[in-house]
Amino acid sequence: MQAGRYSTYALLALVLIFPLLDRNNSHIDFLVNAGAFILLALGLNIVVGFAGLLDLGYAAFFAIGSYSYAMLASAQFGLHVPFWVMLFFAASIAALFGILLGAPTLRLRGDYLAIVTLGFGEIVPQTFLNLGQWTNGPNGIGSLDRPSAPGLLLGAPDWKLHLFGLNDATPYYYVTLALIALGVLLASNLQNSRLGRAWMAIREDELAARHVGINTTVTKLSAFALGASFSGLAGVVYSAKLNLVSPDEFQFSVSILVLSMLVLGGMGNIWGVIVGSFLLSFVNGFLLPQSTNLAHAVGLNLDFTNYRFFLYGAILVGMMLFRPEGLIPSRQRRAELRVALADAGVAAQEQAEYEGPPRT
Amino acid sequence: MSFFQLTGLRKTFGGLVAVNDLSFSIEAGSIVAMIGPNGAGKSTVFNLITGIYRPTSGSIDLEGRSLCRLRTDAITALGVARTFQNIRLFSFMSALDNVMTGRHAQMHANLVASLLHTPGQRAEERRAHERARELLRFVDLEPSSHEYARNLPYGHQRRLEIARALATDPKLLLLDEPAAGMNPREKDDLVALIERIRKSGVTIFLIEHDMRVVMNISERVTVLDHGEKIAEGPPEVVRNDERVIEAYLGRADGAA
Amino acid sequence: MDIFFQQLVNGLSLGGIYALIALGYTMVYGIIELINFAHGDVYTLGTFFSLAILLGLGVSGEVHGFALVWVVLLTMLGAMLLCGVTGVLIERLAYRRLRNAPRLAPLITAIGMSFILENAMQLWRGPTPIAFPAVIPNPSLHVGGVEIAAKQILVIVLAVVMMAGLQLFIYRTKMGKAMRATAQDREAAQLMGIDINTTIAMTFLIGSALAGAAGFVSGVYYQSTWFFNGFEAGLKAFTAAVLGGIGNVAGAMLGGFLIGLVEAFATQFIPQGAQWTNVVVFSVLVLVLVFRPSGLLGEALPEKV
Repeated sequence: MQAGRYSTYALLALVLIFPLLDRNNSHIDFLVNAGAFILLALGLNIVVGFAGLLDLGYAAFFAIGSYSYAMLASAQFGLHVPFWVMLFFAASIAALFGILLGAPTLRLRGDYLAIVTLGFGEIVPQTFLNLGQWTNGPNGIGSLDRPSAPGLLLGAPDWKLHLFGLNDATPYYYVTLALIALGVLLASNLQNSRLGRAWMAIREDELAARHVGINTTVTKLSAFALGASFSGLAGVVYSAKLNLVSPDEFQFSVSILVLSMLVLGGMGNIWGVIVGSFLLSFVNGFLLPQSTNLAHAVGLNLDFTNYRFFLYGAILVGMMLFRPEGLIPSRQRRAELRVALADAGVAAQEQAEYEGPPRT
Repeated sequence: MSFFQLTGLRKTFGGLVAVNDLSFSIEAGSIVAMIGPNGAGKSTVFNLITGIYRPTSGSIDLEGRSLCRLRTDAITALGVARTFQNIRLFSFMSALDNVMTGRHAQMHANLVASLLHTPGQRAEERRAHERARELLRFVDLEPSSHEYARNLPYGHQRRLEIARALATDPKLLLLDEPAAGMNPREKDDLVALIERIRKSGVTIFLIEHDMRVVMNISERVTVLDHGEKIAEGPPEVVRNDERVIEAYLGRADGAA
Repeated sequence: MDIFFQQLVNGLSLGGIYALIALGYTMVYGIIELINFAHGDVYTLGTFFSLAILLGLGVSGEVHGFALVWVVLLTMLGAMLLCGVTGVLIERLAYRRLRNAPRLAPLITAIGMSFILENAMQLWRGPTPIAFPAVIPNPSLHVGGVEIAAKQILVIVLAVVMMAGLQLFIYRTKMGKAMRATAQDREAAQLMGIDINTTIAMTFLIGSALAGAAGFVSGVYYQSTWFFNGFEAGLKAFTAAVLGGIGNVAGAMLGGFLIGLVEAFATQFIPQGAQWTNVVVFSVLVLVLVFRPSGLLGEALPEKV
């Protein structure tokens, strides 16, 4: 498949030099945001796609990552931890919260776990909102530290440290690209490892998984923690570029948006998830606003951006009913989901055996 | 201290006594069978041994070490593996992956190694891969290595489950009705396989309904009825024991 | 002390609404083990439908005399019917096909359905809160230092009556028996000749109708509504269902009132309580699921291997 391989390389090259080709900062800004969401999707994919744990409050970790940056790298408390260090810190803090959330709750059955994570997804932004004296409540924290890097990397003539430009999304673009590459590498390594197999085993039959020596609690916790750490990374980049952090950026709809990206693209498949994520970002950021402009131009008083949540809902329902494995499925998932829909009797039997009453 | 010992084992579920004061021991390297009518509590005993249920009282000891309060995966790490009455394979993983997953407790790649695919991790993966293929050869399933487990014929699935259990390097292997649903030819193959497993140094404890298989393979038989041991001894002696016949067929005066 | 009793009353009326919604969650979960995410939005639809009916009747304030009775009946029953039908449609279109799919699938679909409903309501009536007519005159009873509004009594009485009616239905009618059987063992029920599809549809009908009643009552009580109401109320009602014991009808009622009380007392006694009530209620959810997942009235069942 030479053609396939060459077009992949061409695409990668395009992605690498895009900011040099298209100097429009708002386009690059959009891509950075899309990139942050790709990171989020990769992280949630570890939790939902690999380990099969439905997390409905994923935005909470995004919030934790973002607020970590806002509180540790700004004038808020006078701490100015460097951006690059914060990447590591925020990932770790988010992972820690993943463990805190997971430790008491991971032994719950799938749907109960989902609701608990939803609750967590509500509690975290609400808490950030309420703790006004530390987080400025609804106003959020602004004037965050700008990252700095050696001048030559930023297009400056020397090696001294220069701050990222105030309205220049290009350096963030490359940082995000690097993080995505790292994320893809790590996720794919995990998938093909002892841990990845353990996740798959737990998804298939938790009881049998225990009987082959898998400590299911620790294994699930690691999925939660790793997934959360990706969110931490995304949070740092996103808030640094936006130069602001506020509680209403981390609502339930963000958790569902990321989930929709997974469902659309193909849960469990790294490339599927990236495609799904980018597609939805594109629809949100370009398609809907442009369609609205178009409608206005023709005299129709429609605002398509109001239909966003309808779109997410339709994707979730439609995909689950007609193509649950996603646009770019992993072979295994497609087999799992199709069989269940087709072979009702056997599937029901297996389901009944697999899932008992609440306490596992 | 015997190799494996149940002492006064008792399990109640609310008012129901599933296992009542069960005691017996198994010598290393032997093949022991547990038989009894349906509902006698045999699978419950297995579930108690592998930590799915906690005993109400009594003890379970492997090489002098108590298994009673341990988690299932810890019990597996200590050397007890099992197969299930209803076959619990990882349906959508290949046969090879099923067995490789069985190597989990014997592998040591930690999180960092898995994230970075260090040379040590890669070498360990290769070794696990090799061992999995070896085990598939051992149970005569190597041609099906890359099939999804759910696509395998029933008899093959049972053998795959055994291979996966062996992958955990067990000292004691619990087989829960391994011959169920097999035709006579397959049962003969199974008997041969079990003998091969014993020769490799694994002690075998099986639950089985098929008397021919039990007679052919076991050195000692324990009979359970209503959660209690009603007979124990060599197979030919037990099969002629009056109480055993009564348990299976009911009393002559029609109280069954 | 008066504050305590006042909050007791407030909590019980708040809880009555949660109880009515919780009944729907618990019934659906009991029969197909699905957390019907969209149920909270059906409750909001109940308020929206009621509003539409009232506006159609020309009601914009309080109604008096005999007219009050038939306005209330017409509106509430109308909302219940419309919501019931909505529930049945949702089940038929979105959930039925996925009855045997891995548990993740119908749950995701339910979330999607919830979003669709919320967006539909947002487009119907706009993104901001809407006024709802008072409908029922609201004199207060003064007992000691405690003020009990007529509407509060209405909510509590309605919730109790509905639950009693539901219990009667489930335990005294053939359909009720079919529901219980299906909840216990779907295949056995089918083998006994029970039409599973109809039974499940009926469950959704009743559960959603109860949510519709709750929607009507909520509109009258708060005199305002908002497309996003159902999300929070739904989560709290679900917490109530879990607290009482999921699948258990009496439990849903008990849980509903308890959560209402928790919310009322938290608002009163925690500094800046109103902001923290959500956190408190969700914490209750987490605690119950972690320490006693079978809830107060449910039974803990060991897993059979």
